[in-house]
Amino acid sequence: MFEKALKGNNYYWVWLAFLGALMSIAAFCYVRQFNYGLGLTGMSRDVSWGLYISQFTFLVGVAAGGVMLVLPYYVHNYKVFGRITILGEFLAISALLMCLTFIVADLGQPLRMLNVIFYAQPRSMLFYDMIVLNGYLFLNILCGWVILTAERNGEHPPKWIYFFVYLSIPFAVSIHTVTAMLYCGLPGRHFWLSAIVAPRFLASAFAAGPALIVVIALILRRVANYDVGKEALNKMVTIIIYAAIINVFFVGLEFFVGYYSDIPGHKHTLQYLFFGLEHHGHMYNNLVPYMWGFVVLFIIGITLLSVPYTRNNKNDIWLGIGCASIFISFWLDKGVGFVLGGFVPTPLEEIVEYYPNVNEIFITIGVWAMGAFILTVLYKIAIDVEHEIEA
Amino acid sequence: MDKKRRDFLKIAGASTLAGLGGTAVVDRLVSGTSPVQSKATKEVDSGHGGGHEAAAQGHAAGVEVAKSGNRFGMIVDLRKFKENPALGDIVVEACHGTHNVPDFSEKKDEIKWTWLTGYGGAFTEHSRLYKDQLTLDNDVLVMCNHCDNPPCVRACPTKATFKNKDGIVAMDYHRCIGCRFCMAACPYGMRSFNWRDPRAGLDMNKLNNEFPTRMRGVVEKCNFCAERVGLGKQPACVEACGDSKALIFGNLNDPESEIRKVLKANYTVQRKPSLGTHPSVFYIV
Repeated sequence: MFEKALKGNNYYWVWLAFLGALMSIAAFCYVRQFNYGLGLTGMSRDVSWGLYISQFTFLVGVAAGGVMLVLPYYVHNYKVFGRITILGEFLAISALLMCLTFIVADLGQPLRMLNVIFYAQPRSMLFYDMIVLNGYLFLNILCGWVILTAERNGEHPPKWIYFFVYLSIPFAVSIHTVTAMLYCGLPGRHFWLSAIVAPRFLASAFAAGPALIVVIALILRRVANYDVGKEALNKMVTIIIYAAIINVFFVGLEFFVGYYSDIPGHKHTLQYLFFGLEHHGHMYNNLVPYMWGFVVLFIIGITLLSVPYTRNNKNDIWLGIGCASIFISFWLDKGVGFVLGGFVPTPLEEIVEYYPNVNEIFITIGVWAMGAFILTVLYKIAIDVEHEIEA
Repeated sequence: MDKKRRDFLKIAGASTLAGLGGTAVVDRLVSGTSPVQSKATKEVDSGHGGGHEAAAQGHAAGVEVAKSGNRFGMIVDLRKFKENPALGDIVVEACHGTHNVPDFSEKKDEIKWTWLTGYGGAFTEHSRLYKDQLTLDNDVLVMCNHCDNPPCVRACPTKATFKNKDGIVAMDYHRCIGCRFCMAACPYGMRSFNWRDPRAGLDMNKLNNEFPTRMRGVVEKCNFCAERVGLGKQPACVEACGDSKALIFGNLNDPESEIRKVLKANYTVQRKPSLGTHPSVFYIV
């Protein structure tokens, strides 16, 4: 089926060339980082994880979000999702490849990464994260490919594949649960040490992942003549609205616990993220605009999606903007605020702010471009197969 | 022979008999490697469940007792540091010189094993209200706590940081993949990362050839001078204090040790005891 990726119109090739250029710049920047060390990032001994790990955390959610399509379609036999489920499965593949690339980009000694297997430490959450991320990647490649091949041949997919399809559902939940456990099991990091981190991650994933799929589906309708159907989009929007509200509700609960208990450690990071934290006469607030961006974009997004007039607008422009707002909003929340905010204040109650380095930003953009590149190629294959069946 | 030295030989002798730390020392002497370099898998604390049990029993009895063998610990007598304000810097210099810890001017690249910090930063759980000004103004020496229940060891995905049978939480710089999970896990902020080649921050003419320099991309921290302790010496910081007794190092599991006697005779505190990490560093404020 790969040959389908090699035939396309000019827009297809220009788009891939553009992404390829961004990837080349990132590769060059990575070589610099590899030769110099992670000192070419904005990280320090106080903020020891930066953009790479925060993108990783967010993208695990994007990958897990696909389960909101797989579950209704396969478990509840919800036929309306017939044309959109493959988009979710292939999005998961590309998101997971980005996750794994971000992890490798973040390692100080990437050539030693197999030590995680050679000297496996079953008490480390990173060990389990490695297992579930790679497992979920494998399941999505297997299921997506086998089912698409069967469709192409005009056959029913083989029965055995459904075992793996059903297995992928708990795996989707597990990838984001285990990723949350990287944070919420660490003593002394008050902001992360919260049992609601895993449910919050899942809620945000089940909104951000489907929101991205809706945006992509609208684009594909324009550029690839591939329509997933209005009913499928409407159902997706319902899922996004509920999941998005639950996510923000969970954030609100964090505020209640922090501010009503009035325990300083539980308040500090929230204070820092949303209002700025004063320390030794200096106001530290470099993440405040991002967090209010999260709030404002959430309100815009949820309004556009909830009001029937904007949701059912003829050419779906407001629907697309609404979903994009939710996606960006939750990226600000989880892909920026959650990870970076957790390091403030430091265990010695100092405040060190993180500013990413240019080299680091280009690598980050390049990894996103790589994800978009893989996604484009996968969707090209899937959509050409669907068109072939219809023809 | 002074008392410190005698205590020490007693500890070394006992551990040889027990076949714990003693064999490790012999292995090191035979193979000629330093303990941080040796693949210390057999020394890795494998009986974690047992450790929990022992700690729980220790709680019931009102004291923390490790399961067996030695558990090295340290007392930092802040009164002595107040008496001699120059001592703190001497100690830090001794440590960093002994372990070839680089000195980078940019804070972002900073690496430190032990340093002086404010009272509030060191003891975040303690109230500062109405305390005497001398205590508040006097900086506190901080270092790895060599916790009996170390969160960094739990977090490390490759066992590159591990707890020895003697209680020392050590690093294998050749196994570390540089994921920095241990840095997020340490509730005391005691771990540093080599963001760049550490040799760029070292005076190569003043290197201590007894201890390796690190490569970039690995985590490092205070190792309680495992390489010196294994040879029956005191840690470099303790030695730098001379006879002042500002730092007292010894076996917490030996009721007759000097450190236990001082702990019995003085009121001491630990950093963030509520987290259940059971630090092995005690402070006399």
